[in-house]
Amino acid sequence: MGSQGGLTDFAACWRRLVAHEGFVPMDLGGLDALLGRLTDRLAEAARAEAFDPGAAGAVGSALVGAHLTEPAVLAATVSLIGTHLAAAAGAAPDRIVAIQAAVAAGYAAAIRDATMAEQELLGRSVLSAHASAERALRSSEARLRAVFHGAAIGIGVSTMDGRIVQVNQAFADLLGYTAEEMCSLVVPQLSHPEDPPEMWKMYEALISGVQDHVRMEKAYYRKDGAVVWTDLTASLIRDEAGAPEFTIAMVQDITDRRRLKRRLEYQATHDPLTGLPNRTMVGDQLERIFDTGDPDARVGLCYLDLDGFKRVNDTLGHQVGDELLVAVAQRLRTCAAGLGQLAGRMSGDEFVLLVEQSRGPAELTALAEKTLAVLAEPYQLGQHRMRVSASIGVVESNVRTTSPAELMKAADLTLYVAKSEGRSRFVMYDADRNARQAARYELAAALPDALDRNEFSLVYQPLVGLADQRLTGVEALLRWQHPVLGELTPDSFITLAEETGIILPLGRWVLEQACGQAAEWARCFPRSPVSVSVNITVSQAHEPTLPAEVESILARTGLDPSLLVLELTESAIMDTNGPLQALASLAERGIRIAIDDFGTGYSNFAYLRRLPVHTLKLAGPFVDGLRDPAGGDSVDELIVETIIRLAHAIGISVTAEAVETRLQADRLRALGCDTGQGWLFARPMLPARVADLLRDGTVS
Amino acid sequence: MTGSSDWVPAGIDVNRPSAARVYDYFLGGAHNFAVDRALAQQIAAMTPNIGETMRSNRVFLRRAVRYLVEHGVRQFLDIGSGIPTAGNVHEIALAAAPDAAVVYVDIDPVAVEHSRAILSGVDRAGVICADVRDVDRVLGEAGRLGLLDFSRPVAVLLAGVLHFVPDSDEPAATVAALREAMAPGSYLLVSHATADGQPSEVVEAQRLSGRTATEIVLRTREQIAVYFEGFSLVDPGLVFIPLWRPDPVDPADEHPEQVGAYAGVGRKD
Repeated sequence: MGSQGGLTDFAACWRRLVAHEGFVPMDLGGLDALLGRLTDRLAEAARAEAFDPGAAGAVGSALVGAHLTEPAVLAATVSLIGTHLAAAAGAAPDRIVAIQAAVAAGYAAAIRDATMAEQELLGRSVLSAHASAERALRSSEARLRAVFHGAAIGIGVSTMDGRIVQVNQAFADLLGYTAEEMCSLVVPQLSHPEDPPEMWKMYEALISGVQDHVRMEKAYYRKDGAVVWTDLTASLIRDEAGAPEFTIAMVQDITDRRRLKRRLEYQATHDPLTGLPNRTMVGDQLERIFDTGDPDARVGLCYLDLDGFKRVNDTLGHQVGDELLVAVAQRLRTCAAGLGQLAGRMSGDEFVLLVEQSRGPAELTALAEKTLAVLAEPYQLGQHRMRVSASIGVVESNVRTTSPAELMKAADLTLYVAKSEGRSRFVMYDADRNARQAARYELAAALPDALDRNEFSLVYQPLVGLADQRLTGVEALLRWQHPVLGELTPDSFITLAEETGIILPLGRWVLEQACGQAAEWARCFPRSPVSVSVNITVSQAHEPTLPAEVESILARTGLDPSLLVLELTESAIMDTNGPLQALASLAERGIRIAIDDFGTGYSNFAYLRRLPVHTLKLAGPFVDGLRDPAGGDSVDELIVETIIRLAHAIGISVTAEAVETRLQADRLRALGCDTGQGWLFARPMLPARVADLLRDGTVS
Repeated sequence: MTGSSDWVPAGIDVNRPSAARVYDYFLGGAHNFAVDRALAQQIAAMTPNIGETMRSNRVFLRRAVRYLVEHGVRQFLDIGSGIPTAGNVHEIALAAAPDAAVVYVDIDPVAVEHSRAILSGVDRAGVICADVRDVDRVLGEAGRLGLLDFSRPVAVLLAGVLHFVPDSDEPAATVAALREAMAPGSYLLVSHATADGQPSEVVEAQRLSGRTATEIVLRTREQIAVYFEGFSLVDPGLVFIPLWRPDPVDPADEHPEQVGAYAGVGRKD
């Protein structure tokens, strides 16, 4: 009739079967407890007087409730009931069959319910997942819309056929339309005359899908006609298949930024005082003209400088000077008002008139003439009424044969010529003159290196006593052995040396060489003392360090000061601001001072008396006047005679330069001239030849 | 917008099998569609052990959660939770410790909605939809539910999920970021499919799994051990799933390698 032990075995057996058959979502203790409970329920069902299918069915549904849902679990359970429950619980076979049926029915019903519930739950989950996704999508769309409408940057969407379908408020505001109005437009209606030609090509590339983004600066007309400049980025949006679907344009207002940029550009290229284009812009324009690629294009340039502008500034003040410049600029602007003409200010009082596509030199000379006339009209500046002239260098050329820099340089040089030819005029560029000028500059540039490279040397021209033909001294003369031009005499470079300042080291070098040489001769020929004359230029004479320098050179070379003669020009020595004090101190040391080229300047004898001068060198033209064999009583002879007499009267000796004929020498001797120098006696010679002469004592 | 699915959740396509629903099917659930069942049957035909693997993974999870509760853990972050059919983490944890808190994370919006339905009325558990690869988002959203406090020890459960992350997505870096965010005393749980000791048909099953949203990547024990870097593995270490603290009354498994998966629990000291 069954026993508790039988039921325990039943439950243990059931557990083994279930655990073997499928997933058990609980540990073994839990499973034991569950199956123990269900075994008891089965036993009750087996023993009950009246069979309750519901109680047996509950066992089946409890299995499902515990998630023991493997079909094999049911099979094992039904089998186990069939084979073991009768014995374990003590029941009739028909009751066992009824229990099996009820358990199976309960299990199936529960499985059906669970499955339907789970499927329904799954279905609901899918639906709510969709709903969540929709919500997220909607909020994402809402956010995008907010970004679109709220963006400070203008955004517009257009279709591939150019219809504008959506714009945000910022875009509409930027162009002064309502968003609806803009959506009735097509993209080409937003064109502007300043759109670069390549812009619509870029737009084509965009909508044809060749390019995905384009960016440019673009102008738009606002609805009210005003112009607004934007930084435009247009992007192509493709559909899922990659085909172009629509374009998005994003625009940012850069009108102010552009205006500022324009202003900065203007400031960088214009002179703030006169408003004329400045050097930078003139240079840019020239570059542009030369870059046009037309080899036959011609260009003209007037380089202009006001005459005596510095004096206006110095006497009337800078403010009046500035006013004058403004007035001049205004007149120049009217002069260069023609097509392709440009007036610019280079610096200070230098201006240019640039003529693009010049029709020839005549056009330029006409322009220069007109400009001179216009500028010559009187100026009324406040209470000042003044006239100002200008000098102009004019160049006209084919662009093929020159460059912007050369053109500018040529005009500048030509202006210099106009200045030196007396101002208030224009001079047309002359290639030869320009070449000479350029050569001069080149020579000037080569001077400093020439000194370093020892390209200079000294030759010496004897000075001879007219009475006895004896060698009394030599004049040191500078020569430049130019590597390309050959031997150059001082006429061709001393002025340049003065201008460049190289004269000071060069003069020092000459002095040192000459003194060294003379000291050597004095040592070798102590019985034939011979002085050396060295030319001192105006700027050397003005150098405060000259006496100290001479002193140290004498000390270094050991030359007796009485053997050194410094030759200065009349104008250098007479200069009231000049080096009188220095000369006096040199003379006190025993150094002799000679006035070179006497008679070409002021020739002020009264003044001469107070000067520390020992010798006058008669200028060449006087000596030249004594050449004529017939001219015994010429004026020149009279002048020479007078000079000699007066000089002697105040204790000054006289040397005649450029003595070339015996007749001249005889006449000079007759007139009492002390010393002669010239080709008649000797040409400038190398030091070794001088030594030969010293050995002989006389000049033959 | 990379690294965040904040704008639109992952797509819902019930015409493709879902890993969560296939798993549910193997666990005897009905939260699945024909397409899921068809794939499950295909996989089962190729690898007869697959059902066992998935069931033993579930069993491991139950044992491990109990272990963690016994060791004082009260916070659980179950990443890749799928459709919790039966024996869920929150049921196990809350049964053992009513003050426990559980947050489920899954990438499948349907699984998330399902979990939400199951969890309605359970105030100690919550669910979020996120991708394990987006650690910042996982931690951020999980934290916002107000259930977990990451300044205190937490158990992060990565049961059967990392093998869905391909090498190109750098799963090791993902796990490292999680480890980094965990407070000392926290635990990391990993179970992961492997080809170690597996017959070649497993490779075919892996190929088939490509029909679900993600492919399964089988990794070696060595590769899986990297996920615990800096953590101390609790006994018995990283082992085939049936060997991880089996129930003493269970018969010993003679071929534990046949489940084709490793399991391990590590502690942040």
